[in-house]
Amino acid sequence: MAYENYGLLFDYKYCSNCHTCEVACKYHLKTDLAKKPGIVVLEKGPYHLDEDDPDAWDWDYIPVPTALCDLCADRLDAGKKPSCVHHCLAFCIEYGPIDELAKRAQEIGHKVSIIRP
Amino acid sequence: MAMSREWKKENPDGSVSVRTTCWSPPGDHPVGCGMWLTVKDGKLIDVEGDEEHAITQGRLCIRALDFPEIVHSPSRIVYPMKRDPSDRGKDKWERISWDETFDLVCGKVNYFKETYGAESILVFGGTGREACIYYYPLAFSTLQTPNVCYAQSGWSCYGPRCSITDYILGAGYPEIDFAGYFEDRYDNPEFELPKYVVCWGKMPLASNGDGLFGHALIDMMKLGSKIIMIDPRITWLGAREGNMNLQIKPGTDAAIGLGIANVIVTENLQDQEWIDKWCFGWDEFKERVLQYTPELVSEVTWAPVEQIKKVARAMAEKPVSIAWGLAVDQSPNGTQVGHITIALQAITGNIDIPGGLCVGPPSSLLGKWRMETRKDLAPDLWDKRLGSSEYPALSNAMATTHPDYTLDVLETGEPYEIKMLWFNSSNLLAPTCSAAPIRWHDAFLKAEFVVVQDLVMTPTAMACGDVFLPLPTVCEHDAIVITHYGRNTVFLGAMNEALRVGETKSDVEICIEFGKRLNNAGPDGTSTWNVFEGDTRDKFVPDFFSKQTEPELGFDFDELRRIGLYQPGFTYRKYEKGLLRFDGEPGFNTVTGLVELYSTLFDAWGEDPLPYFEEPRWSPVSHPELADKYPLMMCTGAREYNTFHSEHRMFPNLRHFREYPDIEIHPDTAAAYGIQEGDWVEVENPFGRARQKATLVVTIDPRVVHTRHGWWYPEQDGEEPNLFGVWKSNINNLVPHFDIGRLGFGAPMKSVFCSIKKVDDLHGLKVKKSYDIIKDLDELVADEGVDPARVLDYHSTHRPGVAAALETQKNKPTYVADGVIPAPSGLSLEVQY
Repeated sequence: MAYENYGLLFDYKYCSNCHTCEVACKYHLKTDLAKKPGIVVLEKGPYHLDEDDPDAWDWDYIPVPTALCDLCADRLDAGKKPSCVHHCLAFCIEYGPIDELAKRAQEIGHKVSIIRP
Repeated sequence: MAMSREWKKENPDGSVSVRTTCWSPPGDHPVGCGMWLTVKDGKLIDVEGDEEHAITQGRLCIRALDFPEIVHSPSRIVYPMKRDPSDRGKDKWERISWDETFDLVCGKVNYFKETYGAESILVFGGTGREACIYYYPLAFSTLQTPNVCYAQSGWSCYGPRCSITDYILGAGYPEIDFAGYFEDRYDNPEFELPKYVVCWGKMPLASNGDGLFGHALIDMMKLGSKIIMIDPRITWLGAREGNMNLQIKPGTDAAIGLGIANVIVTENLQDQEWIDKWCFGWDEFKERVLQYTPELVSEVTWAPVEQIKKVARAMAEKPVSIAWGLAVDQSPNGTQVGHITIALQAITGNIDIPGGLCVGPPSSLLGKWRMETRKDLAPDLWDKRLGSSEYPALSNAMATTHPDYTLDVLETGEPYEIKMLWFNSSNLLAPTCSAAPIRWHDAFLKAEFVVVQDLVMTPTAMACGDVFLPLPTVCEHDAIVITHYGRNTVFLGAMNEALRVGETKSDVEICIEFGKRLNNAGPDGTSTWNVFEGDTRDKFVPDFFSKQTEPELGFDFDELRRIGLYQPGFTYRKYEKGLLRFDGEPGFNTVTGLVELYSTLFDAWGEDPLPYFEEPRWSPVSHPELADKYPLMMCTGAREYNTFHSEHRMFPNLRHFREYPDIEIHPDTAAAYGIQEGDWVEVENPFGRARQKATLVVTIDPRVVHTRHGWWYPEQDGEEPNLFGVWKSNINNLVPHFDIGRLGFGAPMKSVFCSIKKVDDLHGLKVKKSYDIIKDLDELVADEGVDPARVLDYHSTHRPGVAAALETQKNKPTYVADGVIPAPSGLSLEVQY
C-alpha cells in the first residue's frame, strides 16, 4: 500500500456540514449513502458557554471517515486529490503522510483532527 | 490564471468530458460553479469540480455532485405530454410528439389572443432558476402578453431589494465584495478584505443567493474577516469564534437597523465627509434615528442593548459589507429594512469601496435584453398589465403584474378574465413562491388551458396542467450563466450541453421555437425570434447567445466556451467617476443624484420618506386578544444544502439528508407543550395549519419556532385531493394573502404568530379556510376571535372585488390611508433586475 502512512486532516472549525464529503465519497466508492457511507459528519453541541454572551458558543461539525475510506488511492495514483478534499466547500480537509499532517496541525492551531482510516 | 481553452475532451476509455458552469434546472441561483461532466454511452457517469474555476476552485455542493442520479432519475418527465382538461388532478397524461405540442399550444395561444386579447394569457415564473431570464421574453415577445407574474405575495424575493436600490441608491444590485470580479481574486491589488461581513436575514453558505458563492465567506474568514449575523436563530456561521450575533424577534429588522443607526449617530461614528458629499436628507434621517434608542429597540427586537452597541461600533468601521437577504423582502416592513440597510452602508462610507458594498452598473447583457423584449408589446397592451397603475412603486421597477392583485383577478375575473396560464418553472402550490397557496390552487382551475414546463411531475402540474413541456437539466443544454441576473455581473460562465435525455427543450429553445412558429412581429414590424439562424438547437442556440455577447463583449458563444469563465473586472467608487448615471455625471442615479436617506419617491407615493419600524401585523403584540391562542412567533424559509426550495425531494441521495420537514423548537418550549424530539407537530394560526417534525435546539429563542418551506412528498399519491401530500406540511398556508407593505412590496412570510401541538403523524391534517383579511373578516372575527379593530386595511381601495365585499360586512378593518398616487411624471425609473 503506497498510502500506508497517509491520513486525512480536518480543520473542523470551518466544517459547515455541507455534506459534500459524504456525497463525493458515495460516488467514489459507489456505495449506499445510508448503509455504507465512507465518511460521516458528526455534530458537537451547540453549547452556549456563557448565557450572558450571545457570541460564546461551542458548536462544531466533525467529519469522520469510516472503515470504507480508501483515501481515494486510485485518484492519488492518477495525480488527483481524494474526492472529499477536492470538493469540500469549506476547503477544510487536507491529506498526506501522517507526520506532515501533524506539522500542519501545529500550524493551523485549535480545532483540528487527523484521522488515519 | 486563464482557464484551459479546451472545454471538451475525449478520454482513453471512449467517454467524453465537457466543462460547464452550473445553474439550472433543477433549481439553483446563477452561482456558476465550475464542473467537468463525463458521459459514456449516453449516461452521465461522473461529475468533477473544475479546479481552474477562479471562484469555486474545484468545490461543488451535493446537488451538483448528485447529477448522475438526477439526470437519469425515473422521476423525470422527458417527453411532452397532454391531458384532457376534464382529467385535471388525475394521472391520465398521454405522451405526444413535439409537432402535436406546437400545433396544440400555438392554436390555443392564437385563439385566446384573437377572442379575448393577448392579456388573457398569464405567464408564471418561479424563483432562482435560469427561467428567471426567459419567462419575461416568453410572455412579452413569444406569446405577446403583458402579464407575467412572480406569484410570491408582495413580490417578496429579490424584487423589493432591487426596487429599493433603484429608488434609494440609484445603481445596480449591491453585493458584498468577495473579489469575484477578478481572476486573481483576493490577491488583486485593488481588493481589500472586509473587516466585517454582515449577513442580515441571510445565510449564504446554503443559499448562495443571486450568484454569491456562499463559502467565499469561509475563504474570507480564513484571511481574517469576521461575520456579523442578524438572524432570529443562532447559526453555525454566527457561532464561529470571533463572529457576532444579533438574535432578533422575527420581523423586527427595521427596528434593529434603526437602533444600529442610532448608536452610530449618537456616538458620532459616521463618515460625515462622505455624507455631506453624497447623501440626501441627513438632518431628517438623523432626527428619525434618534427616536430609536437602543433601549427601545432592545424591547421590540429582544436583542440586548450592549450587543446592539457592539455591533453598531463594528459596522461603523471600514471596510464593512452587508449581505442583505431574503428576510428584507419578506416583511410588510421590508421596504424600510432595505432603506435602513443601504443608509447604514452610506453613512459609514462603505458604498462601492474595496471590501465594502459593491454596486452594479446599469443592467447588462441578458438581464437587459429580457426587459427589452417588451418592445414587442404595443403601449395599449402594456397598460393592461395587472396592478400596474395601482402599484407604481412596484410596476415602475418590475416588469411583472402585482402578484396579490393577480390572485384577486383570477378569483374575481375583474377587470378581465384570464383564460390561459403558462407555468415556466414554478411549482407555486408547494411554495416557496406564494402565500395562501390553496387559494391559488382553486383559482388556477378556472383557467381554460394550462401549460407547465418542468423537470418532474409537480403538484402544480398534476393539479391543473393540460400540456407538460419537459425541460433538460443544466447538464443537458447550452446557455450562459450570468450572476445577479445581469444587475451586478460578477462573471459570465459558459454552460455546455454534455448529453440530452429524451425529447426535452430548454427555456431559450422554447422561446425561440414557439416564437418562430407564432411568428410575432412587434409594433416596429420586426420579430425578436426569426433572427436566430438555423433549424436545430446546435445552431440557433449558440447564435442567440453570440448575438448577446458580441455587441457588448466582442466575442461569440463559442469563444465563451473556450474562455470558460469571463470576469469583467470592477471599477470601485463609480459615483465619483460618472459611471452610475445615464447622463455621465458623478453621483447616483436617483432623483436627487445622491443616496436618499430621505426618499423623494417614497414621499411622492404616499409612503413615509424615512425608514420606520412597524410591529409584525400578526403577532401576540399586535393582536393581544389572540396572544394566548397563538403565543409563538413563526419564522420560516431557512435553506439547506440538499434542496433548492421545493425541489430535489424525489432524489434519494439528497432526500437522505432530510426525510421530513422539521420545526425547530427550544427545549423549554417543547417541554411546556409535551413535545419531544422527532414528534410530529401541528402548527396553526388563523390562516392555516401544517405538520412538521420536531427538532429541539437551543439556538432558537423559546418564543420562536422555525419551520421548513416547500415541502411535498413525491413518493405519495399524486392525484387529487392528495396531490403528493402538498397540503400536509405546507407552511405558506399560514401566511395571509394581500397583507403587504404600503408600496405593494413584502409579505409576512417569516413573521406570523402560531401555536403548536403534538400530533400522531403526518396524516390527518384538517385544511383550514384561507381567510382573506378583508373579504372574510366577519368569519375571522366569528371563527378565530380576531378583533376587527386590530386588522389594518392598506389596500382595499384598489383590490378587485373588495368594495362589494366590504359593503356587506358588519366588521370592517381599520382603514389606513395608503396614499398610492401615480408616479411623478417625467421620471424614467425602469429597473432591469
